[in-house]
Amino acid sequence: MSVNPDYLKEEREQEWRVVLRSQKKNKERTDLVRVHMTEVDPKIRVQSNIEVNQGLSEDDAVNEAQRCLDCPNPTCITGCPVEINIPKFIKNIERREFLEAAKVLKQTSTLPAVCGRVCPQEKQCEAQCFYTLKLKKEPVAIGYLERFAADYEQKSGKMAVPEVAPAKGIKIAIIGSGPAGLTFAGEMCKRGYDVWVFEALHEIGGVLKYGIPEFRLPNSIVDVEIDILKKMGVHFETNFVVGKTATIDDLKDEGFKGFFVGSGAGLPRFMNIPGENYIGILSSNEYLTRINLMDAANPNTDTPIISGKNVAVIGGGNTAMDSVRTAKRLGAERAMIIYRRSIEEMPARVEEIKHAQEEGIEFINLANPLEYYADEKGRVKQMKVQRMELGEPDSSGRRRPVPVEGSEYLIDVDTVVVSVGVSPNPLIPSSLPDLKMTRWQTIEVDDDKLQSSIPYIFAGGDIVRGGATVILAMGDGRKAAASMDNYIQNISK
Amino acid sequence: MNKIVKKEFFSENVVRLVIEAPRIAKARKAGHFVIIKCGETGERIPLTIAAADKDKGTIDLVIQRVGVTSRKITELEEGDYITDLVGPLGQATHVEKVGTVLACGGGVGVAPLLPIVEAMKMAGNRVVTILAARSKDLIILEDQMRQFSDELIIMTDDGSYGQKGLVTDGMESVIKNEKVDLSVVIGPAVMMKYASMVTKKYDIPTMASLNTIMVDGTGMCGACRVTVGGKVKFVCVDGPEFDAHQVDFDEMLLRLSGYKDIEKEAENKYISNKCKSR
Ligand SMILES: Cc1cc2nc3c(=O)[nH]c(=O)nc-3n(C[C@H](O)[C@H](O)[C@H](O)COP(=O)(O)OP(=O)(O)OC[C@H]3O[C@@H](n4cnc5c(N)ncnc54)[C@H](O)[C@@H]3O)c2cc1C
Ligand code: FES
Repeated sequence: MSVNPDYLKEEREQEWRVVLRSQKKNKERTDLVRVHMTEVDPKIRVQSNIEVNQGLSEDDAVNEAQRCLDCPNPTCITGCPVEINIPKFIKNIERREFLEAAKVLKQTSTLPAVCGRVCPQEKQCEAQCFYTLKLKKEPVAIGYLERFAADYEQKSGKMAVPEVAPAKGIKIAIIGSGPAGLTFAGEMCKRGYDVWVFEALHEIGGVLKYGIPEFRLPNSIVDVEIDILKKMGVHFETNFVVGKTATIDDLKDEGFKGFFVGSGAGLPRFMNIPGENYIGILSSNEYLTRINLMDAANPNTDTPIISGKNVAVIGGGNTAMDSVRTAKRLGAERAMIIYRRSIEEMPARVEEIKHAQEEGIEFINLANPLEYYADEKGRVKQMKVQRMELGEPDSSGRRRPVPVEGSEYLIDVDTVVVSVGVSPNPLIPSSLPDLKMTRWQTIEVDDDKLQSSIPYIFAGGDIVRGGATVILAMGDGRKAAASMDNYIQNISK
Repeated sequence: MNKIVKKEFFSENVVRLVIEAPRIAKARKAGHFVIIKCGETGERIPLTIAAADKDKGTIDLVIQRVGVTSRKITELEEGDYITDLVGPLGQATHVEKVGTVLACGGGVGVAPLLPIVEAMKMAGNRVVTILAARSKDLIILEDQMRQFSDELIIMTDDGSYGQKGLVTDGMESVIKNEKVDLSVVIGPAVMMKYASMVTKKYDIPTMASLNTIMVDGTGMCGACRVTVGGKVKFVCVDGPEFDAHQVDFDEMLLRLSGYKDIEKEAENKYISNKCKSR
């Protein structure tokens, strides 16, 4: 699916945009320098959970918006998984119609305040910006502008509650309340369905709540979006594990006509190396859940946390960065990333790597753990790592790390966070023997419709893709809603 | 939010709560557990469903005061609400007619053992049950157990009730007297370790229900991991019951001790704060 070029052209020829373009020469626009995000000083921010990026001021945002050339062929849109009409929202910022800009975002993205903070823009829209492609200059700060417009709307107190079509009286169940489930819920509610979201945990939001830390994505930002869904009429049932508390068949008997599975990729992987079950070695999911969902670092809560002085985090993704920066904030003297490739190959967002470096995180690259050693009480005290070098590219196109024989050495550690990836959550599949799965244990769906082998079950997000991104999960939720709506209308004919 | 409809003390430190949870009451089978959280700042802890009443829509939990959370729960009264309750979780016990089942419960392991004893009896097995505790006042659920057991043996360390001796002594004497086809052992990790050594010696298939540390209870965090037959398993989704002869109890014991110091400190703090506020 791609955006209709005629529609884009028509929008671009609207009078206000023509006038705006004529107000500044392209040369004047390209001479402007990219805006800097205000960040809390690293020394101060590691003392608390304060959000690192403080957002743009109105003037900064308008200035940055002026850099956008409003290209006739906006390549940036092709880089966005949900194809936001990027020039249109940016030009609205330029003319200071900030709420209008937010409206444009909301047309295709349900959670712009979230995406503006966590999307890997440098690999998506900003990688396809005219500045990057042709001028070899820093791209327009599309992500910062997205966040600006979305935050402006949140703060304005004028959050629009989307219009809801007349009630159809058809019950729809959603399994999981991460970005995929929330987006699907909003879309179906707008179409007049009676929408119920079932969530296993005691909080709504999936990874946005239990995974991504406060210093990167404050919970309050997510809660505003959840509130809107509630106002639209979405029902939320927490503490409800579909497949256990009730099965999909039970819910079907209770009158639910369609199901959307957005149950995520919650199963942590370990490396299966000797000593990995010693005390002080935990998955990033456990570490982050204790801190983010259970608020374990707060002395007034009951959930305990092991907070070490020498913390090693294994892995190079966003989850690893979030864990190691959390460790720093919990008072680690040495907070280390141990990753088997080089920094260039790290899958984490570039900004997170930069922030981590500023915060004094040690990067031990081209190194892989082999074994852990414990003290007499069973608490991990050392790890043996092996040096790696980069060989030929593998199937992912990244150069394969190859062990350097005889290069093993020891590092003192008292806490180790294993962050080497997640597998799809097996709860739903194991309760539905007829559901077709892929060999990666993800739910098999039709690419266009996101419909599974059981016609009334649709799925999207990480349960279909394996560990992916927030924006892709959202895109799936939107697409699945359109096709389930179709499916239900057809069967009720 | 789930309402507590009944509260009963089995002993000074052991409480039975009957809680409204219609869906769980309907879906649960022997061996299942729930995760509960009390209050906004509470932690999530697993508790076995000791019994359920489908018609009334209630489940029974038996709780022994061991830490801050179990203390908080036992301080709730009839009419109070549990903030968060989710379940039934885990795999249900595999119940079939095998002949004679030797069921051994130690300490709070007795509560999770009750539904299994009941299910084993209903499946047509002869059930011999051993309840073990340090002393008489720690023996719980005796009457309920007797109802579903063909024979009930009580062992106390100090001899204050039943026979004097450890659970393993009771097991040895049963095994010497009759053919046992299956054994189920539930209790503190040390007890399960030694109990399963006894049945291993006589080559009796044995199940243990593991009480590891848990956070989410849905397979998401790996806090509950144990090694069974050389492979890492998550107790909350793969268990809680495993072939006791394959479980690495030493590793489990070690992992259980991980938060001990922090927890003891927290409990002392909780108790002293409470005393102050009185
Ligand atoms: C620490 C961390 C940092 C990340 N950082 C980024 C980032 O910067 N940018 C980015 O784009 N992506 C990031 N990601 C990835 C991103 O969060 C995921 O791709 C996205 O959240 C997937 O959304 P989802 O809706 O598919 O599932 P999830 O967000 O995983 O939500 C699934 C929900 O379903 C619930 N559930 C599961 N089974 C059941 C059941 N049977 N019944 C009821 N409920 C159930 C789960 O409890 C969970 O709440 C990060 C992930 C992690 C863990
Ligand atoms: S308790 Fe988290 S995986 Fe079992």
